[in-house]
Amino acid sequence: MSTKPLAISTLGKRILPGAFFLPHLIVFLIFFIIPFFYGIVISLYDWHLFNPDLREFVGLDNFRRILFESDSIFYRYFWNGLRNTFTFVVLAVPPLVITPFLLASLLNVEPKGYKVFRAIFFLPHLFSIATLVLIWRWVLNTNVGILNLTLAQLGVDYIPWLSRQPFAWFALVLMTVWWTIGANMVIFTAALKEVPESLYEASDLEGANTLQKMRFITLPSIRNQLIYITIMTTIASFNVFGQPQLATQGGPEQSTTVLLMYIRNIAFTGARPNPGIATAMAVILGLIMMIISVIQVKLIKRLGD
Amino acid sequence: MAIQAVQKKKKRAAFIVLSVISFFWVMPIIWVVSTSFKTEREAVSGGLNLIPREFTLESYRFIFTDEQHNVARYVFNSFRAAGTHTLLYLLIASLAAYAYGIMRFKGRDRMFWLLVSTMMIPVVMNLIPLYNIMIRFQWINSIEALVVPGLGGIFGIFLLRQFNLSIPRDILDSAHIDGANHFQIYRHLVLPLTKPALIVVGLFAFMANWNDYLWPLIVLNDETYRTLPVGLALMQGTYNIYYSRLMAATVVSMLPVLAMFMVAQRFFIRGITMTGMKQ
Repeated sequence: MSTKPLAISTLGKRILPGAFFLPHLIVFLIFFIIPFFYGIVISLYDWHLFNPDLREFVGLDNFRRILFESDSIFYRYFWNGLRNTFTFVVLAVPPLVITPFLLASLLNVEPKGYKVFRAIFFLPHLFSIATLVLIWRWVLNTNVGILNLTLAQLGVDYIPWLSRQPFAWFALVLMTVWWTIGANMVIFTAALKEVPESLYEASDLEGANTLQKMRFITLPSIRNQLIYITIMTTIASFNVFGQPQLATQGGPEQSTTVLLMYIRNIAFTGARPNPGIATAMAVILGLIMMIISVIQVKLIKRLGD
Repeated sequence: MAIQAVQKKKKRAAFIVLSVISFFWVMPIIWVVSTSFKTEREAVSGGLNLIPREFTLESYRFIFTDEQHNVARYVFNSFRAAGTHTLLYLLIASLAAYAYGIMRFKGRDRMFWLLVSTMMIPVVMNLIPLYNIMIRFQWINSIEALVVPGLGGIFGIFLLRQFNLSIPRDILDSAHIDGANHFQIYRHLVLPLTKPALIVVGLFAFMANWNDYLWPLIVLNDETYRTLPVGLALMQGTYNIYYSRLMAATVVSMLPVLAMFMVAQRFFIRGITMTGMKQ
């Protein structure tokens, strides 16, 4: 390794790096960092969307109204939205981690045509949310969808998948699994390939069963990828918006109206949009997501030790 | 011998299970394609047949000529926005990755990791303030709103820098001794050497922009720049009961990404593998 500096002169040395990283840094500051702090400012104001001059500083009042003022509509929206978002996270994250793990385990055996299988499972990952929902609304259509028509052949009554609970949650999780597991599956496949075969052979000699092998060899070996996948999947699930917005319209009876839907509605729609309240909600949601990420890292790290 | 037999059995079992799951996985897509070639009447007739009794392209003709929701325009708009975004991002990100991966200057690594650590900030917190910035820039209902804000993304720079770090130092040094300056080394050495990574980053940037729904929904309010996901979502409302039309539009929306996947599958797989290995 040479330690000789690449730059030609000291002057060039000082100016040149900037010429390379500044275009990005400027855009990054304007559209990532400034909004972050600007958001915290907005959450402290009674903010007017189209006429910021009318804003009024209210301190933490937006947060108080959301969190504690139980006769406020925003309190009801926030807690209902948060509960629904949490419900989605709790229902969706386990299948979103376990399904791709199982598929990766099967692919890892490398049966005939496993690359074709991998491509098939990965494919939906490329569709946009609107495409996804159009596909599944048609598949799950109560009267003429392929699922209910098939079930009818088996003697099952038509199920209103998108307009009654608990089917609505099931449908949302199902389409999300179909849509997103491709990426996690690819990561798991690569991780499983890295586990040394000799570890399994050694455990065979000691008479370990499949579960023991998974617990003591596979899981610790892929710990880093497991952490990464669990956290990314959890964060993505907290950001759920398009599926309930487009597939169930938040129903039935606002039971799938997730927090991000309320945030968007409060900030941008209605006679009097209220970005201050909406931003305060987003700040709380963001904090919750960060805290949960940290807890997950700690938990999974302990699992591997 | 015994171990080989077990292996073979395992492979066969995995093949059967994967075949069954794959069948269910592609069924929704086949059902959609099938419906798009049916007449509206047949689409809602409740038949399970995948081959249309009366094959028709009427739905495709309709969605490509419709005044209210023109799918061709949505596809064009999406391509224009995602394409522009991708080219600009590749330029900006490869320059930055050159600075953080190849050049040497004081505080380089500290600066880079500070950037990376901001990836922890949940995007949802930026949504509303970013909208306010769009108002100030008068970028509501403009292509800039679709193209520019995402250019600040860190992820592509992260991947490109990893690649840059793996370029043997000797090559760079000898190029320098031969009198090449940084822009020449960037242009004629680093860019060609990191082409696979650039393709991966380009694909990811394109897909993210192409598929984005919430942001264009917020910043666009008429048809001028409306992208495919938002347009599709609106069609779902307008043509509520015209399933054949909706499914034709769905098929059209799948085709570009399908084509891209066919051509560049290994880059997708490699890119995602790289993201998972980053610890």
